[in-house]
Amino acid sequence: MELYIFDGSLEGLLTAVFECYQRKSKVVKLVTESLYVPDVFDSGFRVVSDREKGKRVWKGLCKKLGKEWQFRFYKAFLSEQPETFQHLLNFARYIIDQPPGATENFAHPDVLAVSQMAQKVHREKHRMEAFIRFQKTGDGIYYAHIEPDFDVLPLLPEHFQNRYADQRWIIYDLKRKYGLYYDLEKTEEIELDEAPQMSIVNALPADLLDPKEQLYSLLWQEYFKSTNIQARKNTRLHVRHVPRRYWKYLSEKQG
Amino acid sequence: MYERIREKLGILADAAKYDVSCSSSGSNRKNENKGIGDAEGTGICHTYTEDGRCVSLLKILLTNHCIFDCAFCVSRRSNDIKRAAFTVEEVVELTMNFYRRNYIEGLFLSSGIFKDADYTMERLVRIVKKLRQEERFNGYIHLKTIPGASDELLREAGMYADRMSINLEMPTETGLKLLAPEKSHAEVKKPLKYIQNNITQFENEKALIKSVPKFVPAGQSTQIVVGATPESDKEILHTANAFYQSFSLKRVYYSGYIPISNDARLPVIGSQPPLIRENRLYQADWLMRFYGFKVQEILNDVHPNLEADVDPKLSWALRNLDQFPVDINTADYYMILRVPGIGVASALKIVQARKFNRLYENHLRKLGIAFRKARHFIRYADSPMQLKEYEAGHIKGLILSESKSKYLSNPNNQLSLF
Repeated sequence: MELYIFDGSLEGLLTAVFECYQRKSKVVKLVTESLYVPDVFDSGFRVVSDREKGKRVWKGLCKKLGKEWQFRFYKAFLSEQPETFQHLLNFARYIIDQPPGATENFAHPDVLAVSQMAQKVHREKHRMEAFIRFQKTGDGIYYAHIEPDFDVLPLLPEHFQNRYADQRWIIYDLKRKYGLYYDLEKTEEIELDEAPQMSIVNALPADLLDPKEQLYSLLWQEYFKSTNIQARKNTRLHVRHVPRRYWKYLSEKQG
Repeated sequence: MYERIREKLGILADAAKYDVSCSSSGSNRKNENKGIGDAEGTGICHTYTEDGRCVSLLKILLTNHCIFDCAFCVSRRSNDIKRAAFTVEEVVELTMNFYRRNYIEGLFLSSGIFKDADYTMERLVRIVKKLRQEERFNGYIHLKTIPGASDELLREAGMYADRMSINLEMPTETGLKLLAPEKSHAEVKKPLKYIQNNITQFENEKALIKSVPKFVPAGQSTQIVVGATPESDKEILHTANAFYQSFSLKRVYYSGYIPISNDARLPVIGSQPPLIRENRLYQADWLMRFYGFKVQEILNDVHPNLEADVDPKLSWALRNLDQFPVDINTADYYMILRVPGIGVASALKIVQARKFNRLYENHLRKLGIAFRKARHFIRYADSPMQLKEYEAGHIKGLILSESKSKYLSNPNNQLSLF
């Protein structure tokens, strides 16, 4: 077994796949720089991220992967999970070595693992589309911040841009310290110098908000209560659909 | 001044909540005018009430004033409750402000009948028209069809709504007459047919001319109240099936009756709503729509009611053991779909994966099927030898003893029938 160390980027991962063929490696264990613990007996091979090598691998993969699987590969990568990086490396080698159609082999451990992780990331993306609650600021920008389990921000622009085409908005990932800003024309990545804290009641201090913000947030809270049917109360089902770790996003769950 | 709008929203949301439809999917309305909102593709549940139901749309009545006196309805004329009515502007403001904050997918607008059908329908149409034309709102709109409204108004409504619905309420005409003598199934069928015909006509024209506008792109649905009147599950599901077929409905919703009246014709206030029964009906509905089951296979004269302790698919399998075991490695897709514990997604994965290798127990477990339930009905590459054939009662006992049914722990949840 050979040990490969990469920088955790997508380019690095694809370069690692390239090196497997270049160096004719058999079984490869892939770790990220940040998790690598130097070993006296095995210094490992350091993968140097390389745009050209990465591109060649991606092109090769795209020949075998349909649109949907290309997207799954990317989603699984956004999970940031060490074991998923390993599965992605194995998956890429398996797909390249096999004739087209091998993605249907759900009995293959790496095909299954990549597909299941892509599903998990997709679910997290969908949850953000559901649970994000914008607050309207005094200058008319709709603002929300999040702390998603996976790095799903790159998957969000299309959805929010199509939907909120006529309002400016910011979605900020407090965990990864970057956000998206839509300025009525395009969506760009931004970093805030002083990002607000994740707080329970209001995401932003009251003096930054539009005067009517509190009213609508209150009406929404009250609507949420009125639309509940007490005789059907089913807390287990409620929590299954809205896991507790997401309650901090939801103004209707406060108060 | 905010007190009044808060009170109105409280009253009119409370009165609308017994309509269980929450779907916001199936439309194809894109945001093409740089306006606000997008109702394309799958719906989104923005939150869930504490009873576990999805909240996707702002579901309100325009007013809870009503000239009818339907015993099962909380807004009935004779009920002594607070009444309120929104203005057109109030509904538009609420919808837009909730939507812009990503609280909702759109609006579900219904109403009590004040004055007459056309007067009410005309107000509803005015709201959706304003949303579409003045606010350039492309989010989802579910609009109630008011029985008895004129064809012209329905046609206009269809130009702005994504979905329209009109409720059957009781599963049979007899049941409806008992609780709402002023109503009939015929007056539900007429507008359903009218809108269905228009949908077909618009689709045909669209095939020729691309610029034909949308007409109710997410189709029609209806709702049946369960447990208010004594119909069997067979009567309910056969009615649903007939409506799916005759009116190309997208959905039939089943709403377990929540006692809200002291009327002697209805279950008393405080009795448990029939939640298990409602759940089983939805499962049976899914079997008809996604699993290729015919309604007669699920419920018939010999077997007129769904069981509380097992789901309808397992129940069918136990009654038809001669069709099992199914060999996972060779059986037809539709037969694999019929195995208890295997859903559509896993069935698809199975037929894809078996092209590469024969499937073993460990593959099946990892693919995500409910193996402990399915194993009694399937053969796979390393199936254990089985010398004797088990009978249905024995298998049911095994499955029930191994599973922690969410229902067995609180059996009081079911309305007792005797």
